[in-house]
Amino acid sequence: MELLGLYHYWVFAVLLMIGFYAVIAKPNLIKKLIGLSIFQSAVFLLYITMGKVDGGTAPILQAGIESPVFSNPLPQVLILTAIVVGISTTALGLGIVIRIKEEYGSIDEHDIQEVDRR
Amino acid sequence: MIVLFGVFLLTLMVITALAIVRTQHLFVAVILTGIFSLLMAANFFLLDAADVALTEAAIGAGISTVLFLGALALTGEHERVSSSNRLLALSVVAVTTLIVIYATFDKPHFGDPLAPVHQHVAPWYLERTPEVIDIPNVVTAVLASFRGYDTLGEVFVVFTAGIGVLFLFGARPRRKSGSPGIKVAEPGQGLRHYLIPRVVGRLLIPFILLFGLYVQFHGDYGPGGGFQAGAIVAAAFILYALLEGEAQALRVLPQRLLTGLIAGGALLYGAVGVAGMLLGGNFLDYSVLAADPITGQHIGILLIEAGVGIAVTGVLLSVFHAFAGRRRR
Repeated sequence: MELLGLYHYWVFAVLLMIGFYAVIAKPNLIKKLIGLSIFQSAVFLLYITMGKVDGGTAPILQAGIESPVFSNPLPQVLILTAIVVGISTTALGLGIVIRIKEEYGSIDEHDIQEVDRR
Repeated sequence: MIVLFGVFLLTLMVITALAIVRTQHLFVAVILTGIFSLLMAANFFLLDAADVALTEAAIGAGISTVLFLGALALTGEHERVSSSNRLLALSVVAVTTLIVIYATFDKPHFGDPLAPVHQHVAPWYLERTPEVIDIPNVVTAVLASFRGYDTLGEVFVVFTAGIGVLFLFGARPRRKSGSPGIKVAEPGQGLRHYLIPRVVGRLLIPFILLFGLYVQFHGDYGPGGGFQAGAIVAAAFILYALLEGEAQALRVLPQRLLTGLIAGGALLYGAVGVAGMLLGGNFLDYSVLAADPITGQHIGILLIEAGVGIAVTGVLLSVFHAFAGRRRR
């Protein structure tokens, strides 16, 4: 188990960079937004992983359990609200992409730059 | 055993993410994003974050997939292969990954109870919640009361995003100046002619709404609260719109009402804070709302969670209708 002690953080790093790759290397705007949401999920994973305590349980108090161990509630609160804020900002991004499609006729960044140059 | 299951889920997530980036069919990418979110939700559950898992399942796997599909219907599903700077991007990403992984060797190991993050304010929240607020779910207590300012800010971000989408779609497409900006789809659309989805869907909708209300009002005692409930209720109405068509759904819940919900939810949250000030306490201090401070806390949490739920439902449904009602060009 000692070996796997940092596995969650490695997955965080890999997911973060997979998302980042989609943002910088893919010309399609929808693909960029999908990459951004993977990036965002990776950050959520980092926070929730840090809150976990060995042998702990979800931070919901119950009577009758002797000396319970709870995981950290604070990162969970931050991420819970961040997920909802994330979908709202993604929706706003998708709205902008749809408007770009309507004005430029394409959502490929090369095409958009082409139209702008004309 | 549970650790191994977690490792398995995490590995699946990496594979899914790679597939999402590699595929050129955007429809496939969006569906894989839904699967990715579901895996993430299962993972959160293993990490003791029941509230977060519920939120991720309702929003990431549900609503977000619907919104992406709605956007795809308007923009096209195929991605062109043309990336000139692919090698440069790959090397930047590889180097950064290695740096971040190198940094993780300084982090405390997974589940270490002595990690700094568990030493600061978190034990205080766990200790004081029973006496100050007296509800079992510490996550809800922190979210709604101890850190009510943060949550108010988040609600305003959601509010702003919803208003932003409505503004964006209020503008008319330039090339078709004759047609109105937002056009409701024809009444014949939806899955009306498919018997099985319609019957099963109509049976499910009341139960989804009931579950939404349960999650809303049981959030003090178990996993749940306004954010999750708002997403679940919105999902019920989105299902209704998919079954009966856009126009029928807008007859049940008109856009004017949805806009009212967005503003009303945010206002309710703010009003509870101001009410606390008028009764002689601080902004968002619920203790003064009733003669007994703990009852006051309960009333305050109930009201602001209701405000959050109303605002989230309004925003998600408005965004859905804005996407779905947009005419395809």
